Amino acid sequence: MKLTYYPGCSLEGTASDYAAGIAGVAGLLGLTLAELPDWNCCGASAAHSLDAEAARALPIRNLRLAQRIGLDVVAPCALCFNRLKAGAKDLEAKGERLSFRVWDLLDLLTQPVFLKRMAARLVTPLTGLQAVCYYGCLVNRPPKITDAPTPENPGNMEKLLQTLGATPLEWSFKTDCCGAGLAVARPDLIDRLVRRLYDRARRAGAECIVVSCQMCQANLDLPQARISRQAGQKYELPVLYFTELIALALGHPEVPRWLARHLVDPRPVLAAKGLLEIPAPQASG
Amino acid sequence: MAQSAAFALAENLAAAGLAVDGCYQCRKCSNGCPLVFAMDLPPDRVIRLALLGREDELLACRTIWVCSSCETCTTRCPNGIDIAGVMDWLKEQAVARGAAVPEPEVRDFHCAFLGAVKLMGGRLSEPLVLALYALKGGRWLAKLRRSAAAGELATALELLKRRRLPLSPPRRLAGAGEVAGILRRW
Repeated sequence: MKLTYYPGCSLEGTASDYAAGIAGVAGLLGLTLAELPDWNCCGASAAHSLDAEAARALPIRNLRLAQRIGLDVVAPCALCFNRLKAGAKDLEAKGERLSFRVWDLLDLLTQPVFLKRMAARLVTPLTGLQAVCYYGCLVNRPPKITDAPTPENPGNMEKLLQTLGATPLEWSFKTDCCGAGLAVARPDLIDRLVRRLYDRARRAGAECIVVSCQMCQANLDLPQARISRQAGQKYELPVLYFTELIALALGHPEVPRWLARHLVDPRPVLAAKGLLEIPAPQASG
Repeated sequence: MAQSAAFALAENLAAAGLAVDGCYQCRKCSNGCPLVFAMDLPPDRVIRLALLGREDELLACRTIWVCSSCETCTTRCPNGIDIAGVMDWLKEQAVARGAAVPEPEVRDFHCAFLGAVKLMGGRLSEPLVLALYALKGGRWLAKLRRSAAAGELATALELLKRRRLPLSPPRRLAGAGEVAGILRRW
């Protein structure tokens, strides 16, 4: 299966670990991701906050480039996905029909064809791993843009974890906002939102949080030391990409190297479950 | 105030695809909002004031800037009002008309972001957006004085050690000129 791949800016930067994991998983699942030539930034929150015209034009430029290729487009970033979908809806409203579909990477990889492939190739079932799934906002909301069937209570990540042998836990915060867009300008606000997510994840019994967006990942992973200092209690919850869990369960050899690039090291939790053979040496990877 | 002036705001919003006249004040938007604790007007009051044409109050409020665009309100509104979209429209108007913004940090971050994409020829450089933001209004110096910069530098160092700070700029696009045209205002 071949799709056009829209990585988005941060996968070339701070989320290059996510990008490496995606490439690894695509290889395992027989998925060819052909990067969209000359793709541009989707404009993110900045454009839709301050310049509605640019917020339409930036993703539409990408959609026009993708239209020349004609393959379905997949985006691993929730915000990029949302902006591309908004651009597609805008074109549709003007009577233009696109010949391809825009996918969120989690939605794509949890289609039955891929879940079946994973189940058939399971090398290390993630037995005993207790995790909460955290979807964040923009792959699901608003449904008139995303076409998400169950925006208040999505379940595709839980289904994926079950397929991989892990134990997804129920919690009520899987689509609550972590405030990532305010992380630079108002870190005080995100500290409050994110701390509540840590507390609720822990209360649910989670040993880790699983995400499908690099904004959520950074916003939950990076401030744990700061929030711990403020709260007077230690938060040390690994925040894993769903792609890393797929790769781990399917026996991809590079997984420990990707995990070493997180701030809260997920390797001890996984090693304690017998899911990683030897904890790799500290963060040189 | 003449009646036409009172309705002008709601009409302008409706013209932008953001009709607010369906609101029956159920407050579902405010009850689901994760950031209402930091707002001066809960989202339902933003919609109410929009209906009443009280534009100056809305362009000067904190709410529109601490809104994280999580889209919970828009998703849940039983009357299909795009509340998060209204927040965006008000932010754009506030900046375009030079209103006093009570959250300059949020505004400046968005401006730095769009400026960075234009400067780099179509894609975002994360270090550049942080640098442009820090340089605005002497924010960097103020931070150093408050010693808030230490924590941020420590995080940057951790990312650098993990090869997650891009040291080269993003590729300049063949369509850089086209993107610069789209972002001409920034």
